Amino acid sequence: MQNKDIKRLTLILLFAPFALWILLLIILPHIGMVVLSLKEKVAPRVYEYSFANYLDFLHEPIYWNTLLRTGSMSLLVTALALLIGFPIAYYIAKIAGPRARGGLFLLCLIPLWVSDLIRSFGWILLLRETGVISNFLLWTGLIGQPVEFLYNDAAVIVGLVYTVILFMIVPLVSTLDGMDNSMIEAGYNLGGNGFTVLRRIIIPYAMPGIVAGCIVTFMLSAGSYLTPILLGGKNSSWFTEQIYNQFITRFNWEGGAAFGMLLLLFTSIVIWLGLKLSGQTLANTVAKS
Amino acid sequence: MHLKTTLTGLLAATMLAGAGSAQAETLRLLTWGSYAPDELVQKFEEEYPDIEVEVTFSNNEEMIAKLRATGGAGFDLAQPSHDRIYAAQLEYDIYKPMDLSKIDTGVMEGKLLDGVKANTTIDGEVYAVPHQWGTSGLMADKTKAPDLKSWADLCDPAYKGKTSMRLKRTILLGTAYSMGEDPFAAYSDLEKYQGILDKVADKLIECKGNIKAYWQGGDDLSAMMLSGEIVGSETWDSTAYKLFDQNPNIVFVPPKEGALAWIDTFALPAKGKADDAAYKWINFVLRPENVTLMSASTGAIAAVKGGKDLLPEDKKAAVNAAFTDADIDNLKFFANIPPGVEDMEGKTLEKIKAATGG
Repeated sequence: MQNKDIKRLTLILLFAPFALWILLLIILPHIGMVVLSLKEKVAPRVYEYSFANYLDFLHEPIYWNTLLRTGSMSLLVTALALLIGFPIAYYIAKIAGPRARGGLFLLCLIPLWVSDLIRSFGWILLLRETGVISNFLLWTGLIGQPVEFLYNDAAVIVGLVYTVILFMIVPLVSTLDGMDNSMIEAGYNLGGNGFTVLRRIIIPYAMPGIVAGCIVTFMLSAGSYLTPILLGGKNSSWFTEQIYNQFITRFNWEGGAAFGMLLLLFTSIVIWLGLKLSGQTLANTVAKS
Repeated sequence: MHLKTTLTGLLAATMLAGAGSAQAETLRLLTWGSYAPDELVQKFEEEYPDIEVEVTFSNNEEMIAKLRATGGAGFDLAQPSHDRIYAAQLEYDIYKPMDLSKIDTGVMEGKLLDGVKANTTIDGEVYAVPHQWGTSGLMADKTKAPDLKSWADLCDPAYKGKTSMRLKRTILLGTAYSMGEDPFAAYSDLEKYQGILDKVADKLIECKGNIKAYWQGGDDLSAMMLSGEIVGSETWDSTAYKLFDQNPNIVFVPPKEGALAWIDTFALPAKGKADDAAYKWINFVLRPENVTLMSASTGAIAAVKGGKDLLPEDKKAAVNAAFTDADIDNLKFFANIPPGVEDMEGKTLEKIKAATGG
């Protein structure tokens, strides 16, 4: 009996920090945001409950265009991260020797040791008109005058892929790691070529890792703020920037809260669709890795 | 039940911690980057050993947002611009009235003090006093863009891809002036002001093709200007003065429509806990020997009598290279922002940013 009590106490103690974290830092603030987003300012210091902020979003094409743009560019970032990350993960998990593996993992981790901001400034130094790449191309004679690589959507995508790719590689490595090499051998023995083995054995096996990586990278890029602001050009709006503008520039916290909820809703729907299409569930993807 | 006691305990602990820091008298300053140079903070702490200064750097919009979030708690002295106090106080009640008898108002430049008082008096109570003033205008590399003289010249095709601006309200106002409008006069008639904003938006959207990028802060603007990637930009005068030090060809150009002048002020947050320390800091930084140290760091002119003469030599040279007396007479001081205007301007800025102009 006593033993059972102790077990229970241990469980409660172990669970408490997590529960508090979820409750105080995730659930309560979000309830606050929902309440705030349903208020409408009718006069200074006077507020009424209404859906005005959500209707504002629907009536103003700038807002939903920015949201769709953010969503589609984040999907592109996710796809690129998968394309680039998959071979890397496969090499680390299946081809590299046990000693090289640790080193390679470390190499992937190192960029994360410096902050987002510094990494973005690194890209700025490389890409700007008087930056390293432009000067190098000038020196080789490939271009006649300095070229601006910064301040456009491509720069934003490059910066984001660089930032999020690790979150694609880690779940992929851990799923591929669990795959028995004999399955690949069997595939070849049965007459498959490299492509069919990849398509019919490796990818289906790695699917939980792929989906988990995609979910994390998509969420990270749709919610990122610094990289799109610093690398983006005069036409590149990002939805998080709209939220910032509502809160800070326009003093419109109610609108900003509504935008925040909409971003959450939108990314959740995209992920739900992704899970449906790939036939995966949250339980066997993110929760597993 | 258990949870409740734990929570009470936690709360008590937090309150104790809060009370503890208040006793040691901490002056929590919410101000602009470079407005609290280490040298001055150290000097102040030597003079008042029982006060510890904690500095948070911010800007007008974020200052208001921070104070609004806490109802005016968390800081003891804030430094918003003079046009950002009236509406913010009316809407969010984040400041408290100042006791002018505790401030050496005698050392302040009378015109600026009266101006700030007029702008920030609500129900007979004054909510701010001036600290430093400066202007927003243009900056040009005079060897490459000698004719950049008006806000509209940023959109001159002669400088295609070689100009920049910050996508904030300053450029909206400047562009309005360059189109022959008087935006501040229109503040009293918001419908008319919306009309002006629409025209300004069309103009700035058309101008997008001419702009290299919108700058976000003094650092990226400086980098673009020093590297020669751009030859002219909308700017704060202090940023231009700093670049003048490094490249004397880069000068501040007061636009012919008149540079836009701002006054950064001292204001007490509504729930500040160290008012006396705040008054001490105000009087301390307005002393002549400290004014020079402050101006060396900020590049702005103190709102004290003879503030321009108290500038360090290099800044004085930069100011004299930029301004004639006629330019000073032509200054346009930012008018109080009435409630609602920030929202209209914010929407206009979003429209410009989202437009695919080039």
